[in-house]
Amino acid sequence: METTDITRSIDARGMPCPGPLMSLIGAIREGTVGDMIEVLSSDEGSKTDIPAWVAKAGHELVEVADDDGYSHFVIRKVR
Amino acid sequence: MPARVVVLGGGVGGTLVANLLDKSLGHDARVTVVDPTGMHDYQPGYLYVALGEASGHWLSRDERTLLRRGVDLAIEEAVRIHPDAQTVQLRSGASIEWDYLVLATGARLMHEAIPGLAEGSFGFYSLPDAERLREELRRFTGGRLLVGVAGIPYKCPPAPVEFTMMVEEYLRKKDIRDRSEVTLLSPLNRAFTIESASTLIKPIMDERGIELATFFNVEEVDASAHTVTSLEGEKRDYDLLVLVPPHKGQQVVIDSDLGDAGGWLPADKFTLQVAEHEQIFALGDATNLPISKSGSTAHFEAPVIASRIASRIRWTAPTEQYGGRVMCFLETGNGKATALRFDYEHPPVPPQPNRGWHMAKWIFNRAYWETVPQGRLPEHAPGTMPKEVAR
Repeated sequence: METTDITRSIDARGMPCPGPLMSLIGAIREGTVGDMIEVLSSDEGSKTDIPAWVAKAGHELVEVADDDGYSHFVIRKVR
Repeated sequence: MPARVVVLGGGVGGTLVANLLDKSLGHDARVTVVDPTGMHDYQPGYLYVALGEASGHWLSRDERTLLRRGVDLAIEEAVRIHPDAQTVQLRSGASIEWDYLVLATGARLMHEAIPGLAEGSFGFYSLPDAERLREELRRFTGGRLLVGVAGIPYKCPPAPVEFTMMVEEYLRKKDIRDRSEVTLLSPLNRAFTIESASTLIKPIMDERGIELATFFNVEEVDASAHTVTSLEGEKRDYDLLVLVPPHKGQQVVIDSDLGDAGGWLPADKFTLQVAEHEQIFALGDATNLPISKSGSTAHFEAPVIASRIASRIRWTAPTEQYGGRVMCFLETGNGKATALRFDYEHPPVPPQPNRGWHMAKWIFNRAYWETVPQGRLPEHAPGTMPKEVAR
């Protein structure tokens, strides 16, 4: 994944649940199809909430990675 | 010359800050509350109005009657805050100067933010909405009743759950429960924001036959087709739709370039000082703090702001900090309720719903006018101190 592919980055580290997920939902609402949205979250709940929401909403979870004290997600807006 | 303190907003937080400052500083401060209506509303009561359990007349009082005699009240709308000039411009054209400014401006309901919401749904987040819903419920003869949240953040996070549980009981009492389906539409993967309370109430919802539809972020309401569509691509038919409208910070905050994209004020979570403005504080629904937007939050924040401003005026070091303390009730219907007591470090551990907490909520509702705005509720009154913190 090239960082240049990311169209929007959300640094939600330090934000408690459901902040990171709601930030992602806001970005999906405002975005256009094909957007690549990056979310950084230190909330443990995001590890289950974000993939579950992306699957339900029919978008694509392109990347999930754990970093030092936070998780890194990349989501493609599909529709 | 007394210090000039201006408080924008005469809700629970603004009123309490003003009264506490006047009480502690006396002639050392001139405190003015600026409020566009001059009326003080007890918003938790709207839930009961919608369900026909209370009338609206006890939910609103003249703000003047709740303020100490030493506090001035200006019934004016603030249109612009000038932090550098330390003034607030009013709709009337006048301007008020301040040494300290407290923003207790609350949240706005944005019915128009969701297409079709105003035409196709009912609500209980304002008195007119609650009264309209009460009449619609009286006419309701059964069918699909959907309750949902059309945006986060919103005030009083447990309220949609409370309404759902209580309306299910209402339908039973009206003898139309067997002809009705009750569903809670949640934007999250649980009933509402607070996880422990969601876990507690899910089995109760199951037992009462209330469906929980998760990850349903309302996108559009079609009033003529009686359907509501989610961002996730789900469409549901309804006979009666009850939605909490999206919320936003006040226009004066946005126009003054003090808020974030949603119009919420960036406040320090401990000192409640607005970012980059040493003389400005914010509390209650108006802030961007990651904590419940509720009267209880404002109630516990107000003494911190009053103390910090008083210290500054008296040239002593401010020491009071807000620890994120919140205490709220959650009605579960059938004459029972539970209580949520938490702070930044301690999530709530709600007890099983019982009649005692329901009674406590009723007593609090009645006692509110004579206690909370005046700061007469003891700091550690039974029920207000989280047990997990007390330990």
